[in-house]
Amino acid sequence: MTKQVQQLDRVIIRFAGDSGDGMQLTGDRFTAETAEFGNDLSTLPNFPAEIRAPAGTLPGVSSFQLHFADHDILTPGDAPNVLVAMNPAALKANLSDLPRGADIIANSDEFTKRNLAKVGYTESPLDDESLSEWRVHSVPLTSLTVKALEDFDISKKDAERAKNMFALGLLSWLYHRPVEATIRFIESKFAKKPDIAKSNVAAFNAGWNYGETTEAFSVSYEIKPAKLAPGIYRNISGNQALAYGLIAASVQAKLPLFLGSYPITPASDILHELSKHKRFGIRTFQAEDEIAGVGAALGASFGGALGVTTTSGPGVALKAETVGLAVTTELPLIVVDVQRAGPSTGMPTKTEQTDLLMALYGRNGESPIPVVAPATPSDCFAIAVEAARIALKYRTPVMLLSDGYLANGSEPWKLPEIDDLPDISVDFTTESNSDDGTFLPFKRDAETLARPWAVPGTPGLEHRIGGIEKADGTGNISYDPNNHDLMVRLRQAKIDGIDVPDLEVDDPSGSARVLVLGWGSTYGPIAAALRRVRKAGGQVAQAHLRHLNPFPKNIGEVLKSYDKVLLPEINLGQLALLLRAKFLVDIISYNRVRGLPFKAEELAGVIQDVIDSE
Amino acid sequence: MSESLNGKGLALIPRAEAKQTMKEFKSDQEVRWCPGCGDYAILAAVQSFMPELGIKRENTVFVSGIGCSSRFPYYLNTYGFHSIHGRAPAIATGLAASRPDLSVWVITGDGDALSIGGNHLIHSLRRNVNLNILLFNNRIYGLTKGQYSPTSEIGKITKSTPMGSLDKPFNPISLALGAEAGFVARTLDSDRKHLQSVLREAVAHRGTSLVEIYQNCNIFNDGAFEMMKDPETRDAITVRLEHGQPIVFADQAVRLARTGGVEVVPRASVREEEILVHDVHNPDPSLAFALSRLDEPAFAHVPIGIFRSVDRPSYDQLMNEQVAAATTQKGQGSLTDLLHGGDTWRIG
Repeated sequence: MTKQVQQLDRVIIRFAGDSGDGMQLTGDRFTAETAEFGNDLSTLPNFPAEIRAPAGTLPGVSSFQLHFADHDILTPGDAPNVLVAMNPAALKANLSDLPRGADIIANSDEFTKRNLAKVGYTESPLDDESLSEWRVHSVPLTSLTVKALEDFDISKKDAERAKNMFALGLLSWLYHRPVEATIRFIESKFAKKPDIAKSNVAAFNAGWNYGETTEAFSVSYEIKPAKLAPGIYRNISGNQALAYGLIAASVQAKLPLFLGSYPITPASDILHELSKHKRFGIRTFQAEDEIAGVGAALGASFGGALGVTTTSGPGVALKAETVGLAVTTELPLIVVDVQRAGPSTGMPTKTEQTDLLMALYGRNGESPIPVVAPATPSDCFAIAVEAARIALKYRTPVMLLSDGYLANGSEPWKLPEIDDLPDISVDFTTESNSDDGTFLPFKRDAETLARPWAVPGTPGLEHRIGGIEKADGTGNISYDPNNHDLMVRLRQAKIDGIDVPDLEVDDPSGSARVLVLGWGSTYGPIAAALRRVRKAGGQVAQAHLRHLNPFPKNIGEVLKSYDKVLLPEINLGQLALLLRAKFLVDIISYNRVRGLPFKAEELAGVIQDVIDSE
Repeated sequence: MSESLNGKGLALIPRAEAKQTMKEFKSDQEVRWCPGCGDYAILAAVQSFMPELGIKRENTVFVSGIGCSSRFPYYLNTYGFHSIHGRAPAIATGLAASRPDLSVWVITGDGDALSIGGNHLIHSLRRNVNLNILLFNNRIYGLTKGQYSPTSEIGKITKSTPMGSLDKPFNPISLALGAEAGFVARTLDSDRKHLQSVLREAVAHRGTSLVEIYQNCNIFNDGAFEMMKDPETRDAITVRLEHGQPIVFADQAVRLARTGGVEVVPRASVREEEILVHDVHNPDPSLAFALSRLDEPAFAHVPIGIFRSVDRPSYDQLMNEQVAAATTQKGQGSLTDLLHGGDTWRIG
């Protein structure tokens, strides 16, 4: 049977199932195949905090969305063209996101009376007319998988569990994906269980063959590779890029990395990743709590290591006092906050940009620290190196604000040339810095205002530092009022004087009167929205902040050169508050705090409204 | 596994080239404790003890938390870090784990170590990083002006407990033994010879050593340990633990009790072989724990000396061995290989 092949420029697929159905793995593998094929892509996993919520229920639904195209894309996509629903709950939870006319591939085996009842369906939507506006492909994925594996010496349960590989095989056929790497992946993942490995490969192949032979799918789709800048690429998630960036920082700084961390969603993968790379001299310490994590990192910094702690919002709250100690002792430290929905426990697996003000001001006393934020998953690499550069050069804790969307989302990453990475090495102080031969631990560099970093083991420079106010220069305990005023101002001036690149503005028209400003993970959705607006003839400029403290020196000038500045944030206007206060600019704030990234279509509407109101 | 460092707390720390003096270990800072404070005696004992170790002064670090005792690092001419309340063990852990060439000391008090920092204390003990923790126990909050502490006796009348405190105190020795500590000892601020003999053993232990030092706060809890100092009473209550020796004091002796613990009985009433012989290396901590309970009710009998000294590999050693093993097995990390690992593809 010859099947029709249709060309598409882009597709958005969402895999959805029970949290035990292996949807994240299925999505990951489909992404790897897509990356290998050469499409541009962007992914969005979405899963519950519960590891295994009750099977078949709405809270237990886990999904993975992948957007891939023959051109460069900026977001995981607003609405799926294809939904793979492994059970009725997955269908019900995702149907409202699905535009009319989209494809639904449903595992009909799971649409049993019991499973339907769990989510409040009285009739199977596969059998009645309720899905008539979508193209439904009802496929008995479970029983087809079990049948395909009947010759294998595995339990029925193990056979059923391979249904996600059957689905992956089917989708791989449908979109002409290369399969060899997936087969190799399955074989290596189950290397210790050869029967399981063979049966999963068989299920995957059965899914592919089913697509090719069944009449249920008459069309398959081709999406040509994207024309991206020349180079070597790999697919990477934000957390992995961040871990690699920290390793690169350690190499470029010529300092051993010490990570003190306590497991917390969605930051734990950075701890896991770094723990695998001990041969870079990396020490990872799983502490008894968040406070010990940052304390150990600061202790290691005192000893001359690149001290890092990784956490999410609740952890930052606990670490605040130690970060203040790092501020006043002026030691390098990197604090990574992978933001999640708050307050308190909030929604651990959902994304938010609500920790900006805490990062800047969430400590006692005047305790300024630099804050940086990556714009995309792969930018987490560069921003980690930048955080280390600032921390080491200025002897200060630096807050790095990633978020759940960047952490778990992935995109192709053009690998940097190692030779292009900045040299961020610093010299430890080894000699006295005063005329009388004593060591003055708080005598500052005239240009950077950084204090000398003399590590234990250096003879003649023995000194004591601590949380009590220190006399300028000597670092001895001081309660002198004028000295305190001086030290407060010096610490502030040091942070204000950090060298930060200028804010770049993208305005293809050259005559835009509206600027859309963003920070952190909103880069992709804003840029995608701007494309739509510009395509429709709208003139609009874009600027994106990676440095939140200090701001780029030209930011005030940029803000004042537009009639209107629109600032979308996944919070209630935290950056807008700062910009209004510092630059007296009437920022137009656009805020949604739903635990999800912005949709490009939604932002495009907001931007167009602002342009139209000119 | 590399060569065992058990019992060699100073093995990786560079030796001083010349003989050092007590004076070299004194900093130029004016000591600011209340006149008559027990901390002075401890400071002098430590300053005069340090040269004996023969390690480089610059490889010595004192880390402290918050409280009167935590000012200690300012008065020693070594590297020092006066940190925040309760967190000194955590900070010292990062330092000692990443720098096995340093002799790292933690100076803490009963409030700092057992109240706000209780979590870090117990985890350092079980983890066994190469630290010497000196816990100054004065059974009161001094720096905040006299509230009861987690080692104050029940019913303590203080500013925050005008009708008496309600909570049962910690016994720091029992707590440390319960937290899997490898080295646990108790000594007294005023007994320099005993204090230094305990420090000597604590330093030799590679891993976390906990030394509880009874310390008099002459302002808010004066005379808390007077019974152990007064010549009239001290010998009758102080039980000096010595490894390999029968546990006897005054005219009393310690033997196994039928209840499972240990008990104090008149020496004349027991045969010599019934008297418990102290074994600091006993792998089973039960007897050490039982000895720590001789202090119930408070000051009935107070054992001092080393309760337990049992070697096991220290955390820092194991951590550094993993780093070394990863490097030996896979070679030193290459950034290019790291970034180009996984599935890559070329465009253009």
